[in-house]
Amino acid sequence: MSAQERRFNPYTENGGTILAIAGQDFTVIAGDTRQSEGYNIQTRYAPKVFRLTDKAVLAVNGFAADGNMFVQKVQQRLEWYQHAHNKEMPLRAIARLIQTMLYAKRFFPYYVYNILGGIEDDGSGAVYSFDPVGSYEREACRAAGAAQSLVQPFLDNQIYFKNQLPPSGGAHPKHLPLKEVLSLVIDSFTGATERHIEVGDGLEIYIVTASKRPNADLEAIANLKQVPGGFIGGEDGEKIYVVRRELKKD
Amino acid sequence: MNAIASRFRASPYHEQGVEQDQNAQDSVLWGSQGGFGNLRAGAPPEFVVPNVPSPTAFLQLHTDDHADPNCRIKIAHGTTTLAFRFRGGIIVAVDSRATAGSYIASGTVKKVIEINKFLLGTMAGGAADCQYWETYLGIQCRLHELRNRERISVAAASKYLSNLVYSYKGMGLSMGTMICGWDKTGPALFYVDSDGTRLKGDVFSVGSGSTFAYGVLDQGYHWELSDEDAQELGRRSIYAAGHRDAFSGNTINLYHVRETGWEFIGNYDVTKMHYDGPGNIPGAPVGGYGYDARVSTV
Repeated sequence: MSAQERRFNPYTENGGTILAIAGQDFTVIAGDTRQSEGYNIQTRYAPKVFRLTDKAVLAVNGFAADGNMFVQKVQQRLEWYQHAHNKEMPLRAIARLIQTMLYAKRFFPYYVYNILGGIEDDGSGAVYSFDPVGSYEREACRAAGAAQSLVQPFLDNQIYFKNQLPPSGGAHPKHLPLKEVLSLVIDSFTGATERHIEVGDGLEIYIVTASKRPNADLEAIANLKQVPGGFIGGEDGEKIYVVRRELKKD
Repeated sequence: MNAIASRFRASPYHEQGVEQDQNAQDSVLWGSQGGFGNLRAGAPPEFVVPNVPSPTAFLQLHTDDHADPNCRIKIAHGTTTLAFRFRGGIIVAVDSRATAGSYIASGTVKKVIEINKFLLGTMAGGAADCQYWETYLGIQCRLHELRNRERISVAAASKYLSNLVYSYKGMGLSMGTMICGWDKTGPALFYVDSDGTRLKGDVFSVGSGSTFAYGVLDQGYHWELSDEDAQELGRRSIYAAGHRDAFSGNTINLYHVRETGWEFIGNYDVTKMHYDGPGNIPGAPVGGYGYDARVSTV
């Protein structure tokens, strides 16, 4: 037996893909629900996207055991913060908290890629993406996981309008409306399901809307459900919705 | 055994045992300090270490993508950063590409870390290592201000960082950074890396594209450069690296440090620099850096 085989190996890769896009007054965070190890599908429904607060949603991808444990620990820290300060932690503070929590395990990392989405204190939609040891950046959109290299170029083209010329006499729109963002998310995942074996089964899309946003455009979305929360902001506060869709299962 | 172990207590390397580590943290997580991470003032942060004979070998097995491209946790690498001192202060210029293997993980990385109004740090090597420890340095610099009623010198700040990373030597930290600022002595520039090297100097470039940047930078450098010409030299040098180094590129971020603190000059697309140049900016030539130079018949 070689020395390599007896090494402590606590990690595995569970496939799947996550994605988040920020709009002007909303953020969409999505992930597929397949969990696999190698060529085996372990389950067709393992959530990778989680509500943290009324205005923050976290998507985790990589090693599922590490991911679930990490989400639990973040949720616990946010609960403690609420008890101590009688308010929800702002999104930018949650982002910094996640950095310090990931970096605390710099020498025994969580094998997890995190994408945090939600509403900033100024009411704008925001996406923060992290590497496994905590380096982070605020972006408008980000895909991570198995099909990252399939989905991100599509998003670069459709969200940032990379390699596209603006219409004559016009300019590219700064922010896309929710309806268009949702179709981009669905197309991203159906496309990734077609071409990546670790992506499929189900799709969970979380929508976080800013306080006082007129949510009339949500009514047209099929299967939309509001996620129960703390409702600290009252009826006018930030709201979280979830849309569940099927993806191909082969 | 305990006697031997206690000799190494000073090093965070030996703060082993997950349970003990978490108990120590619990008191700060609760109460009014709840939710403030492990960035506690005063005490250095504590780290979880795997319970194996060699934590370093463990970390290398899973993260060192040079030795094994199939390892699971890929830490972003590849960079060009530069900074130089001149009559008008310090110019800091960096690219914005992060790569994981041959995949471009991001083209919008902020590789200049704004430690405070007067101090900048640059990022090369492990992105998280640089971000985390330079943020931590910012906290310590603020505490120095509160305790001593004056701003910390760049020399002291950079030495704080170099001593800190030296205490983790051999544990796999990876950072090559330039600490830039203006203090009582004027503009000051230090190179600090995770081996523990700390150098004072006038011109530095760090990263995989540094050789290309140095080529342009050394050729055009002069102490008496005007502000506009100095900014143009920084921009042109990072462009050169973005053009010739596959691991560098996307965009250029340019900063100028003066007596009044640092100023963000701008963000420039490398491809746009190649064809069109920075536009109508004092100090910059008419036309692109690359394309016009190659196709014009003059």
